[in-house]
Amino acid sequence: MPRQVERHFHSSPLTNAIRDMHRMESLSLLDTGIHRLHPVTKLITTIAFLIAALSFERHAVGRLLPLFLYPLVIAALADLPWKPFLKRLLAVEPLIVGIGILNPLFDPVPISIGDITLARGWLTFLSIVLKTSLAVLAALQLIACTGMERMLSGMHLLGMPRVLVMQISLTYRYITVLAEETGRLLTAYTLRSSGKRGVRAAAWGSLAGMLLLRSFDRAQRVHQAMRLRGYSGYAPLPPGTRPGLRDAVFLACWLSWFVLIRLADLPLLLGRWMTGFFG
Amino acid sequence: MSHHKLEAIDLKYGYPDGHEAIRGISFEAVHGEAVGIIGANGAGKSTLLMLMMGLLHPNAGKVRIGGVELTAKTLPDIRKRVGMVFQNPDDQLFMPTVGEDVAFGPRNAGLAELEVNQRVTMALERVGILHLRDRAPFKLSGGEKHAAAIASILAMEPDILVLDEPTAGLDPRARRRVMRLLAGFTHTRLITSHDLDMILDLCPRVVILKEGKVAADGLTRQLLAEPDLMADCGMEVPALLQPCARCGHVPFCGHCPSGASVPSGASVPSCASVPSG
Repeated sequence: MPRQVERHFHSSPLTNAIRDMHRMESLSLLDTGIHRLHPVTKLITTIAFLIAALSFERHAVGRLLPLFLYPLVIAALADLPWKPFLKRLLAVEPLIVGIGILNPLFDPVPISIGDITLARGWLTFLSIVLKTSLAVLAALQLIACTGMERMLSGMHLLGMPRVLVMQISLTYRYITVLAEETGRLLTAYTLRSSGKRGVRAAAWGSLAGMLLLRSFDRAQRVHQAMRLRGYSGYAPLPPGTRPGLRDAVFLACWLSWFVLIRLADLPLLLGRWMTGFFG
Repeated sequence: MSHHKLEAIDLKYGYPDGHEAIRGISFEAVHGEAVGIIGANGAGKSTLLMLMMGLLHPNAGKVRIGGVELTAKTLPDIRKRVGMVFQNPDDQLFMPTVGEDVAFGPRNAGLAELEVNQRVTMALERVGILHLRDRAPFKLSGGEKHAAAIASILAMEPDILVLDEPTAGLDPRARRRVMRLLAGFTHTRLITSHDLDMILDLCPRVVILKEGKVAADGLTRQLLAEPDLMADCGMEVPALLQPCARCGHVPFCGHCPSGASVPSGASVPSCASVPSG
């Protein structure tokens, strides 16, 4: 393989994305107290966290801040590195900014924060950025601490239909298959494209068709290999995997925290207390 | 009744496009036997394996494993007893690490985590890649991937192993390693391959397929040395079984007269050029 093409193949955004995905799931193999928790416990906590984050009204920026305690504590207890999470967060940030950037125009009502006066839309914009960042972080941490298969088993235990669990599981497995086939096709195309960049519009149809057929064929073989090793839609949890006291404590603590920050404006109370203390 | 016996009884299968891939195949493999399934491209080897594993359902005929007929009801149990290694290990390895991949089968079988770990360690040790346990499968070399794919099957402790082209695409060293590994197994083995030297080494018996039928079934050394049969089935006699260019003996016989000369243009080895043994 010529060096230029080799480099293109081995460092293309596609292969990097696959590598990142594998890296994220490989973190689920760590053995910490958080990793040992039952997947249902982590799922319920994450869902409660997301509900808490999304339930705040759209101008409540300050009240979202105590929610950051959750990803911070999980990252510390589960020994998760920050870099891959921040990298992935930055990757979705442009999309989030794109969604909220027009808010200051749609909601120009001026509000004052101390000596600063600004459009209320900036608060809703900031609220969207914070809420989505929290949601992305929590979802990534859930995968990194649980692993895809265990998480899907947990979802099944929580009542998600088996067919849906299977769909998600296979989609996740086949992303790699699809990406690998795309990589191969693009490499073969690049090798015969006389150095021209990109794919000619005339070749898009046949490339997409070929990609579909090849991915379908390969996905069938992967599925056969899975079925031969007893796969029946989702990987069941090992027998004896039941939530224990540790799970109950973890769940009780975090649910209490989410309820507390939902009912009380902790940043405001903290501010008043500090003002009173120092004043 | 042996759990390790494998039988195909008058199997027939046609693909939806009308192509009759298997047209009445019968054979059996008994406890501990290694049987090679060979044939030209399109002879029906892969389709036969799919039928034996219950991945395809025959239009007629039966498959029996350990005396139990393969049906939708018996399939889950039978799959626990028969392990298949795919031709392309990339089709088989899909978990983030080698260890997780090897654990996939035992976990699906509902084993406790302690036993899953023991089986993973045992299987990886058996194929000599315990040190690769935490590596990502897509970063392994071809030989390592084949070893990992075999380990993922061994972890399920099958009675019968079905191997589709186990040495395809391997360099000579990796090929020898896989062959040594397979030679050490005592399972009933069904091996398809175009690598006739490997079949000669590992399988005392061979079933030759031609256009979806059994063309011959017998001792590998005898059948593979028959030029007419091999040519009729779209194959060639392996170099090691071709007659010596000098004396006419099969190489390795050690009878080549020292004065005999190699005919000009001879492309086959002679006794004098191939070490005996």
